[in-house]
Amino acid sequence: MRESKLWSWHILSGVVIAVLLGIHMAIMHMDAVLEILGIGSGDPIRSDAVFYRSRQLYFMITYIILLAAALFHGLYGLRSMLCELSLSRALEKVIGTLCTAVGLVLFIYGSYVAMTVYRMGEVLP
Amino acid sequence: MNPVQAKDSEIIKTVIYEVLRYNPAGDRSPHIERYSVPVTKGMTVLDGLLWIKEHKDPTLSWRSSCRMGVCGSCGMFINGLPRLACNNQIVHLHSDRISIKPLPNFDIIRDLVPDLETLFQKHRAVKPYLIRKDRGEQDHPTGEYFQSQQELMNYIQFAYCIKCGLCLSACPTVATSKNYAGPQSLAQGWRYTSDSRDEGAAEREAVLFSEHGVYRCHFAGACSQVCPKGVDPALAIQLAKREAFFKTFGRHRSRPSASVAPPVQNWVPRTDIPKAPEPTVKAKS
Amino acid sequence: MQNRLSNRLGLWGWLAGGRYGPERYVYALHRLAGLGILAYFLLHIFVTGTRIQGPEKWESTMQFFGTPFFKIGEFLVFLAFAYHAINGIRLILVELALTIGKPGLPTYPYSYSTLRQRPLLIIAMLVAGIVMIIGGADFFWLTK
Repeated sequence: MRESKLWSWHILSGVVIAVLLGIHMAIMHMDAVLEILGIGSGDPIRSDAVFYRSRQLYFMITYIILLAAALFHGLYGLRSMLCELSLSRALEKVIGTLCTAVGLVLFIYGSYVAMTVYRMGEVLP
Repeated sequence: MNPVQAKDSEIIKTVIYEVLRYNPAGDRSPHIERYSVPVTKGMTVLDGLLWIKEHKDPTLSWRSSCRMGVCGSCGMFINGLPRLACNNQIVHLHSDRISIKPLPNFDIIRDLVPDLETLFQKHRAVKPYLIRKDRGEQDHPTGEYFQSQQELMNYIQFAYCIKCGLCLSACPTVATSKNYAGPQSLAQGWRYTSDSRDEGAAEREAVLFSEHGVYRCHFAGACSQVCPKGVDPALAIQLAKREAFFKTFGRHRSRPSASVAPPVQNWVPRTDIPKAPEPTVKAKS
Repeated sequence: MQNRLSNRLGLWGWLAGGRYGPERYVYALHRLAGLGILAYFLLHIFVTGTRIQGPEKWESTMQFFGTPFFKIGEFLVFLAFAYHAINGIRLILVELALTIGKPGLPTYPYSYSTLRQRPLLIIAMLVAGIVMIIGGADFFWLTK
């Protein structure tokens, strides 16, 4: 059934996010701890660090995977919460369509930015 | 006074019953009325309500029947949890204030009487009966269905449901969602789907795995906490989700359904059993 | 029918419905954290999207969001993520019926799924607490 598929992907995307976002949080917010452990690389949000990462292919790919997983997981969770508020069938369908639309738009925008910045690395030194 | 040592009719203590009253014919909103109730040994909350009705206020209304925790009629919100009034002794509540309200998440008809119609509608929607492809065999059986002890253990716990509605009162999703099927119907749907004699899983999918089915359960676990018969509806719902998850990825091993026992060949009646005496009440012809 | 009084608890039922176990409130907090993370995330896509306009735009954006007000907000999002992720792992295990036992015969005093997964809940809360403390140390104490 459709809902079974959506929920199964909700779970799987949760696992993907736990791994990828965990790494992202470690790089961004545990950089002092990473320095102590000897694998740090300075301030992660300085622009040279940001653009260095953006120009790596593996980074662009995992970024797009994380973006898709997080948008799906978050918007399905939001839709699930709104569908538990005793709304009419029509309104629930509208919410579902809106969540899908917002997700697609943000995914396209985020992937476009990631791919453009990646290709900037091919042009700039 | 020590309730264990007291004689049966000795008054151990006095408690205050704070009962929510609502009369649809007169009241605009519910209000609380207080009654002072003497407690004797072994007295249940239901016994206290009966005492109030006999001695203080004959207009107090509630539902009860078996007074022993098997019919599921006397569900009420007692001291912060949905409980059966007959199944809880007053001294076991460890309080001198007994607060009784009608079951939450159901409309109130009057005083402590909830409108359980939604519970029964949701239960009916899940088709709570064995469904076989061979309707002829189901309606006019030729033999028993084979079922092993292990196959029985898969569902028997969920068959103990007495349809009291305490689980729907406890569930936070039922609190906000009118459309959610509720732990009782979902657990009963699983009770029949996981029964090896049943072949109707596809017919229950529309309720179990819809947008308002098992996926709107988020394991608050309150339903299993309050169930008076240990049915554990939360377990049934998670088992249903597990099966659907593996089915989605094609990793589900489908079991063949129970077969019918073949008719007994060469049956010979025993000769050492004496015949039954003639009935003394003749059937009307 | 006439004059039925509604007794649905509504959103209050998520927070203060009665004397229930911790799982119910852990779930309410999980939802709150999820909403917070979602709101931050939707803005985060646009904020980090400014890097498409080059390093100078990126630096000025980071300067704008480097003030203590935003730093504390970021820390709250980190706390929400630590809680939501670790509780989420526990929920995945529980909702796939991996840590809640098997059906059996109900004999009083009943053993049920909520009680059986409580050790896992305690472990999950402890791990989440440890991650939050490490994160807090990194945010506010260890100098970069």
